Amino acid sequence: MKVEQISIFLENKPGGLENVTRILRDANINIRTLAVADTSDFGIVRLIVDQVADANRVLKENGYTVSRTTVVAVEVPDQPGGLHSILEVLAKAGINIEYMYAFVEKSGRNAVMLFRFDNPDAAIDVLLKNNKTVLPGEKLYSL
Amino acid sequence: MIYNEEYETLPREVLEILQLRRLQQVVQRVYHTVGFYRKSFDDAGVSPDDIKSLDDLRHFPFTTKQNLRDNYPFGLFAVPMSSVVRLHASSGTTGRSTVVGYTKRDIENWSELMARCFVAAGLTKNDMIHNAYGYGLFTGGLGVHYGAEKLGASVIPISGGNTKRQIMILQDFGPTAICCTPSYALNLAEQGEAMGIDMRNLKLRVGIFGAEPWSEKMRQEVEDALNLTAMNIYGLSEVMGPGVAMECLEGREGMHVFEDHFLVETIDPLTGEVLPPGERGELVFTTLTKEAFPLIRYRTRDISRIIPEPCVCGRSLYRMERIMGRSDDMLIIRGVNVFPSQIEDVLVGIEGLDPHYQLIVNREGTLDKLEVQVEVNERLLSNADEIKTLQKIEQRIVKDLKDFLGVTARVKLVEPKSLQRFEGKASRVIDNRHI
Repeated sequence: MKVEQISIFLENKPGGLENVTRILRDANINIRTLAVADTSDFGIVRLIVDQVADANRVLKENGYTVSRTTVVAVEVPDQPGGLHSILEVLAKAGINIEYMYAFVEKSGRNAVMLFRFDNPDAAIDVLLKNNKTVLPGEKLYSL
Repeated sequence: MIYNEEYETLPREVLEILQLRRLQQVVQRVYHTVGFYRKSFDDAGVSPDDIKSLDDLRHFPFTTKQNLRDNYPFGLFAVPMSSVVRLHASSGTTGRSTVVGYTKRDIENWSELMARCFVAAGLTKNDMIHNAYGYGLFTGGLGVHYGAEKLGASVIPISGGNTKRQIMILQDFGPTAICCTPSYALNLAEQGEAMGIDMRNLKLRVGIFGAEPWSEKMRQEVEDALNLTAMNIYGLSEVMGPGVAMECLEGREGMHVFEDHFLVETIDPLTGEVLPPGERGELVFTTLTKEAFPLIRYRTRDISRIIPEPCVCGRSLYRMERIMGRSDDMLIIRGVNVFPSQIEDVLVGIEGLDPHYQLIVNREGTLDKLEVQVEVNERLLSNADEIKTLQKIEQRIVKDLKDFLGVTARVKLVEPKSLQRFEGKASRVIDNRHI
């Protein structure tokens, strides 16, 4: 039920992202979606790729600080109020969102959002109990 | 003007007899009261009785910063704590800081030497002294303070920081002399001008600057900025504090060492060989009158030379040239001494950090700015890949550096392996300042 995301620490300077994407290209790895969080000095790039283990290895070989983080993918009705219906459920259960970003592809008629929770298991539990659709990683890597 | 006519103009032969007598006394005393010196002398095969002339001192072993650190906190004290009325210390984490102590008489001597410094700068009891050296464990603030009171001048114990307030005091109180680091003096001038105040038209007449190296060029800058006479003072807490040596108004070429209290040698930093006066080398001091914390042949790591030629002021005390370099990697940032290894200690003390770092020192305008670059490793990112986690680490480093070392640094996290790896002694410092 969980999705593995790769996080990379990057200094805030020109060519940082270009280098990362080149390494992935050379290893024939496809990026499914990504988000970049920034501060003035550095950023954290979060990626969902089609080959998690290979991406992890090849980035490390090239000297990057990489970590694998568990995130949760949830289908969101692509209409007004769609996102709210998900967030309402989480808020009612007192579940905190550390960060979130959208997945590029749709799943059928739904958008897909990726969430980082402190306690992914508790979050998944709450979402399923409320009839929300949680997508496992395998589905996303090759969507 | 000379505060202590008798002692500051002693004929050399008389001075040297005085020095020899005091040297013999202090060497005997430390041998019998401080375990470190007993062992150090025994290991070197020398005994206090071997001092028959000043020349014999060269056979005695040196004392280093590391010896002081190894005996933290009170291992080198030569009197019981009940006789110690003041403690001062340098910055650093446990075991990396050096502690010094003073008896009542030590404080009196220190005050007298500082009074000599003020008078050498042309000050009298009718002057008002703005003391912006830091008060606290550092010797600067209180050292200058007690000396000024001894002289009878009116002291403003303003300490460091709060520049706007300092400028207001300079205007409202109208002190005639200021004591601080030369870079801070420039900073005060700059900020004052920015506030629309004519910093050249205050009541300041004299500035006594030290605690960091500064050039003739900088002297000119400070004098232009504040319209005063800028004087150089030297000291270090291990030996006493400020007031070990001082420029005279008449000459302003080198600082007179108060040789009735301190024996000065210059040595070759690599071989330890004693150099004749006039040759540039590392300064080594032996205290002749300190009771609580006497020091025998202390290696300062400051590079200078002794100027033995007579001075126009009439003092017979030899002068030392201004310090422009060190024989180790210590940095002086806004008057605070910092060893790169101390920064390493702080980093190692923070969980999750590897001590792969680089220090970059710049002088932006008039103030020193220290940037500490630290590599991010996997452990940090794997616990939580959130911005706030990394920011917390940055903040923790900034706080620990401030708390343990007294330095304000900017911290920048950088990619792993982006900092050079060095073989052997790492030169982890890039000092972009040109004083």
